[in-house]
Amino acid sequence: MEWETVIGLEVHVQLATKSKIFSGSSTAFGAEPNTQANAVDLAMPGTLPVPNEQALRYAIMFGLAIDAEINQRSIFDRKNYFYPDSPKGYQTTQMDEPIVGPGIVEVQMPNGDSKSIRIHHAHLEEDAGKSLHEDFHGSTGIDLNRAGTPLIEIVSEPDMRTSEEAVEFAKKLHAIVTSLGISDGHMSQGSMRFDVNVSVRPKGQGEYGTRTETKNLNSFKFMEEAIALEVERQIDVLEDGGSIYQETRLYNGETKVARSMRSKEEANDYRYFPCPDLLPIIIDSPYIEAIRSSLPELPDTRRSRFVDKYRLSSYDASILSSDKSTAEYFETVFNVCKDAKLAANWVMGELTAKLNSESLSIHESPISADNLGKLIERIIDHTISGKIAKQVFESIWNGEGNADVVIEAKGLKQVSDSSELESMVEDVMSKNPDQVANYHNADDVKRKKMIGFFVGQIMKVSKGQANPGMVNKILMQKLKD
Amino acid sequence: MHNKTLAELSKGLASGDFSSSELTKHYIGRIKQLDPTFNSFISVTEEQALAQATAADSRIASGNTTPLTGIPIAHKDIFCTAGVKTSCGSKMLDNFIPPYDATVVEKFNQSGVVSLGKTNMDEFAMGSSNESSFYGIVKNPWSLNCVPGGSSGGSAAAVAAQLAPASTGTDTGGSIRQPAALCGITGLKPTYGRVSRYGMIAFASSLDQAGPMTRTAEDAAMMLNIMAGVDEKDSTSMDQPTPDYTEQLNNDLTGLRIGIPKEYFGEGLTPAIEQAVQSAIKEYQSLGAIVKEISLPNTALAVPCYYIIAPSEASANLSRFDGVRYGYRCEDPEDLLDLYTRTREEGFGDEVKRRILIGTYALSAGFYDAYYKKAQQIRRLIKNDFVAAFEDVDVIMGPTVPNTAFEIGEKSNDPVSMYLEDIYTIPTNLAGLPGMSIPAGIIEGKPAGLQLIGNYFDEGRLLNVAHKFQQATDWHLQTPASQIKRVER
Amino acid sequence: MSIEKSDIEKIASLARIRVDQSAVPEIANRINDILKMVDSMQAVDTADIEPMANPLDAVQRLRVDLVTERNQREAFQAIAPQVEQGLYLVPKVIE
Repeated sequence: MEWETVIGLEVHVQLATKSKIFSGSSTAFGAEPNTQANAVDLAMPGTLPVPNEQALRYAIMFGLAIDAEINQRSIFDRKNYFYPDSPKGYQTTQMDEPIVGPGIVEVQMPNGDSKSIRIHHAHLEEDAGKSLHEDFHGSTGIDLNRAGTPLIEIVSEPDMRTSEEAVEFAKKLHAIVTSLGISDGHMSQGSMRFDVNVSVRPKGQGEYGTRTETKNLNSFKFMEEAIALEVERQIDVLEDGGSIYQETRLYNGETKVARSMRSKEEANDYRYFPCPDLLPIIIDSPYIEAIRSSLPELPDTRRSRFVDKYRLSSYDASILSSDKSTAEYFETVFNVCKDAKLAANWVMGELTAKLNSESLSIHESPISADNLGKLIERIIDHTISGKIAKQVFESIWNGEGNADVVIEAKGLKQVSDSSELESMVEDVMSKNPDQVANYHNADDVKRKKMIGFFVGQIMKVSKGQANPGMVNKILMQKLKD
Repeated sequence: MHNKTLAELSKGLASGDFSSSELTKHYIGRIKQLDPTFNSFISVTEEQALAQATAADSRIASGNTTPLTGIPIAHKDIFCTAGVKTSCGSKMLDNFIPPYDATVVEKFNQSGVVSLGKTNMDEFAMGSSNESSFYGIVKNPWSLNCVPGGSSGGSAAAVAAQLAPASTGTDTGGSIRQPAALCGITGLKPTYGRVSRYGMIAFASSLDQAGPMTRTAEDAAMMLNIMAGVDEKDSTSMDQPTPDYTEQLNNDLTGLRIGIPKEYFGEGLTPAIEQAVQSAIKEYQSLGAIVKEISLPNTALAVPCYYIIAPSEASANLSRFDGVRYGYRCEDPEDLLDLYTRTREEGFGDEVKRRILIGTYALSAGFYDAYYKKAQQIRRLIKNDFVAAFEDVDVIMGPTVPNTAFEIGEKSNDPVSMYLEDIYTIPTNLAGLPGMSIPAGIIEGKPAGLQLIGNYFDEGRLLNVAHKFQQATDWHLQTPASQIKRVER
Repeated sequence: MSIEKSDIEKIASLARIRVDQSAVPEIANRINDILKMVDSMQAVDTADIEPMANPLDAVQRLRVDLVTERNQREAFQAIAPQVEQGLYLVPKVIE
């Protein structure tokens, strides 16, 4: 039987506010445990929440970016459950009346197709603390620094049919929130986490199959793996005549294993009700319009600009426009070297590969955009060849200085001096008299192939530094003689 | 000294008749002597009180005073006090010493008011008799075998027994007014949002409100002057003007329109209390007020509505008491679930557990609409009754409680009859209106209360109406003197 | 509406309160008394009535995004049941 996968995402995005959503504690990452957890965050008796306006503005910015309805009245609810990282015994969240209503996210696929994913709503809520399961003599340690960090939870409709679509959608959300500057988007620090709802159904069937939810995936890669694994599991179960149970699952990205966390029968009854410590948030159209008019450039706008201005393909443009730092990096490279094609190839190729292999994000790149631009400039002005440029790139990456410094220090400058090249050509010809004779006896087709042999030899002698254009010209000249 | 009102003590301190230290020592002495009988205090902070009194005396000497500088009062043990145990009447918080002050406490401290200690209360303010306190029952100074009312029973008894000239209380369904009525003192529950709830341990967040418990309306005005005002730490505190409540006290009552809700005089009201209330109303007529009968048709729904909303909110508010960050933790928990369930079983008393369970039930899947949502809708009907009534009247009057103080143990096995104690006080909390109880009679040696209900943020008028009555009568000056004498011996 | 013994167990488990088996009937009776009293609400037609969460129907004030709190870990953890290396300790949590 042919199966169709149905995927919906719930995405938690930490907002880049200075202070927490309901208290004046810092949200900075990486502090000593519980040094950023104060009376309100610790749920000390009698303490009360006061909402952070910036968190609200950030949520509205997201809503505007996906063309969603912004609800002029929204309320906070309490979601009741006991867990040590949830100090109040409930999470303050939004249930029936969220700040952001339905919206749409356009996703570009690598094959050039685009796909619309509907957003059901997005709401504001507080993050939980962290449980540290390292051994404290059989105990778990609780750090509440993260408790109360503002989040938006973005809930999609089940509009994705493949893990690739889910990943592209997730990347698009990442692009939107980082472009807006409402989140730092640091996945490794948990700034963006995904819950994935997956079901399968026989192709052509109208109704959805039973879905499972795999929680708390914190990388695109893990998300892709978890979906693939879950789809495979569900199909196996169904093809063996079994049934899928609604359950919450956990995927371990290290061991590549998923397991059930709790089934529906044990599912919590969260007893949502409006938080009586908070009042309805009422905003008017001028408030929303003021935010709209100050929105920074969005990825989609930037993508069309990249296509128009730099003549990039739609997919290349979407990759380069995805997050603000990548886009800014690319544009800086272009401004230095003035060649969009080369700039795009270097950023998406060499740079991205190197960053990925060292798990760095672009703002952590050891090569500044300025330096990469200068390196490309040296290719354009024939100071070095593209091949040598890769070697120079490595050196710049390793901190040996900028392109000019490395080229100078290592003597990698392309040889364009005609007398020097002439002597190299003559040298190669005199060492290969048979090939020269063969050349003279060959027809045009064969001759073209044989030119390659001579160029290769010359490049070898020059350690790749000979100007290939000039070598060709001189070689043709000399062989004619 | 202990027979004086706050207003008189303020004058005495200003004119140097006595110092704050002398006054504080005097009250500490009385507490030590008499409170073993009444049990109105959970903690007496003698050392801190004397230090505050010394500081107040220097403030007085330098002329940097407020009207209450140097006067000792008592705080209900629901208000967090930095460095002083704040138990909320519960074993759960028997070891809890908060590192912060409630906004109300902070305001009194800044005004140079001395704190004598923390008063006894029903556990987590859930009760109308003070019998649910982990720290034992409080005895009504008028009749030692009777309850003082609750939940601010310790605060009421302490003022009635003159162990403190005034105290703070909180009122979720009548917890200031009912004990004030049963102990023969003046108690004011302000408009919801008038006084900050920050640092006041929450029972039902949309109903809780702090207020003063005093001997006179004038004293309540002086206390409210300190307590009232918006607090940036409490989103539900309202940014409304805070007048000097003592300035309006003597306004003439001629033409004042008093509404008498017929629903407050039905079945269940003790005839003698009805008589006391009727005589008070006559007194108001002689002061120039106009009396109208009004109807608050949804009154009978108030207690059912309240017993869904308050436990529901409480069930979530009390989830933070989990044995992880502060407070009681059970011995040797086997696992996390055991830590939670045993800590909460052992740390909470029966009434608190009962209300948590009711609230959990009312909010649980499948019941929300029938209980919680329904109650919130009825809450609006109750509010609308008052809004309509206040189009025709300036103040509403009736009994505070259907009975005088009942005997200890009389209702402790019958929660529903205990809940009906608050039938006249609960509607005010649901509507968020200010309400007051003032002494209006003595029935078989026990006080009866007159309840005054005002419009939103109209505490000034309530205090004025109460004060004029107290100028014309002397019920508020009655004390359980003979009882106290007996205890002194 | 009335509550069964099994309901008591369920809500006690949701509320994380251990209830002794022997106490369940008594708790059920008491809660049923209260539910009986509360049932008078069901007779009221509230179809068009907007639920009221806050008595003043007031609007939320918002706070400026500023860090106003300083580290007070020592003071807060001085009153904690069990802490180590700045962490609150609980029995091992198995997810």
